[in-house]
Amino acid sequence: MEFFLQQLVNGLTLGGVYALIALGYSMVYGILKLLNFAHGDVYMVGAFAGYAVLVAFGGPTDPRIPVVVLIFAMFLAGMAASGILGVVIERFAYRPLRNAPRIAPLISAVGVSFFLQNAALLVAGARFRSYGTAKMVDPSTGLQWGPLRISIIRIVVILSAVALMVVLHLLVKRTKLGKAMRATAYDREAAAMMGIDVDRVIVATFLIGSVLAGAAGVMVGLVFSRVFHFMGFIAGLKGFTAAVIGGIGSIPGAMMGGLLIGLAEAFSAGYISSTFQNLIVFGLLIAFLLIRPRGIFGVPEPVKV
Amino acid sequence: MSALLELVDVDTFYGEIHILQKVSLEVGPGELVCLLGGNASGKSTTLKTCLGIVRPAEGRVVFDGEDVTHAPTSHRIARGMAIVPENRRVFAPMTVLENLELGAYLRDGDLTEDFERVFDLFPRLYERRDQLAGTLSGGEQQMLAMGRALMSRPRMLLMDEPSMGLAPVLVEQSFQIISDVHAQGVGILVVEQNANMALQIADRGYVLQTGRIVLSGPASELAEDEDLKRAYLGR
Ligand SMILES: Nc1ncnc2c1ncn2[C@@H]1O[C@H](COP(=O)(O)OP(=O)(O)OP(=O)(O)O)[C@@H](O)[C@H]1O
Ligand SMILES: [Mg+2]
Repeated sequence: MEFFLQQLVNGLTLGGVYALIALGYSMVYGILKLLNFAHGDVYMVGAFAGYAVLVAFGGPTDPRIPVVVLIFAMFLAGMAASGILGVVIERFAYRPLRNAPRIAPLISAVGVSFFLQNAALLVAGARFRSYGTAKMVDPSTGLQWGPLRISIIRIVVILSAVALMVVLHLLVKRTKLGKAMRATAYDREAAAMMGIDVDRVIVATFLIGSVLAGAAGVMVGLVFSRVFHFMGFIAGLKGFTAAVIGGIGSIPGAMMGGLLIGLAEAFSAGYISSTFQNLIVFGLLIAFLLIRPRGIFGVPEPVKV
Repeated sequence: MSALLELVDVDTFYGEIHILQKVSLEVGPGELVCLLGGNASGKSTTLKTCLGIVRPAEGRVVFDGEDVTHAPTSHRIARGMAIVPENRRVFAPMTVLENLELGAYLRDGDLTEDFERVFDLFPRLYERRDQLAGTLSGGEQQMLAMGRALMSRPRMLLMDEPSMGLAPVLVEQSFQIISDVHAQGVGILVVEQNANMALQIADRGYVLQTGRIVLSGPASELAEDEDLKRAYLGR
């Protein structure tokens, strides 16, 4: 039971991270019908930005500012760096190809992904970085329920992932921008006919999706402590898998899909073997593509005439 | 009387394909003008050119004395244009209320009065206000498209086949509503397949054929035009 609960907590942490990545995939797909393969690398840059702030303020052992403030600043930096990067990518790699055949932006996306990975390799080198969270925050602090222990940093990560998703949900459901985003995703021309500035909505979508990916990058750095130039590849694929399983284009779907992938991964690592975890995750992807390609919350395609 | 909306020698292309050729037309303030023409003659393209969804290669679009040829759609809507698009184009996964709010996208402030006005006109929409637009019947979706356009308080309403696909009783009703909106002083440019009925309520009309205006004049004269009768009026 204790082991089960521990895996559950692992799964929730991972699930929160994958959900945040999946959201960006899904939102961009919803609005542009584009698989933004550079999205995982945007997340990687967020993790590095968090690392840079950590180093700038003296590193994990001896930070010059209170740890709470430091972690907050790392999140801000990761989200800002990824957000700006996402907007720049949209502007220079995708917008010029808006009316090109659909394969063109896809190729552009793969190109941007390679570019970012190699740029990170050049700047940061090939070695793994660690946030060294255990030196910042005593890993034994946290919640203790009988045999189950949840470290404070995991609690912070899970709660901030949930908070970000709640904010996103409210934004999309309640605000004018959110309504414009949903309208544009459903029918871009009809949205323009309402006076919606479609280009601005697309920029906002990239910005929001990338900010969430940046937050996910910092979360992974804090909990799993492996920051390196290639980290966005597998994480991106898993975010994509989560988006497809949830129903690509659907926001609640991305959240559900992320959670599902996180749990599947944690439980297969815990009960079977960590060598099988990716097999099981991508097996799920294939199963969904075969059996229910629209995903859990399949988004109906608009009737185009 | 100076025109509210005016197209001056407009040429519009889709890629290489030349659609509108030297199209000129005007709609006065509060005037009801119909645009007739066969399939693929360029009627929808004309409306999209007015609104700036497509841009003309040559010629000018003038709205309320301002040359808006290069102005974005949002500017034209903010100045008082609105459209009821072909095939309704309601936002199916959003509620009726949200669709109406989107019609007022560029307006700030309180929409209560506008909701009331639209719900007075279409009580059915009030009953369905929290329902997803995609679950409405075709006729209800047409009402929604109309209500949505009115939410921006337009001075110039572009309507693309508002009666298409409606049962006869609803066709009558939609023409009644066009007349009502017209009576409130809104300028209207309406594209109609239903030429007979359109000419009955319109002040003037234009006939478009393969991208050119081939005939224009007061609606009463057009209704009697022999060529037009043979081609469109089925008499
Ligand atoms: N987005 C587009 N890209 C390329 N060609 C287009 C596009 N939209 C319309 N056309 C072409 O332009 C021509 C005029 O189309 P338009 O929709 O303006 O005609 P219409 O008079 O409204 O026809 P209908 O009565 O069928 O609605 C048609 O030949 C159509 O195929
Ligand atoms: Mg048409």
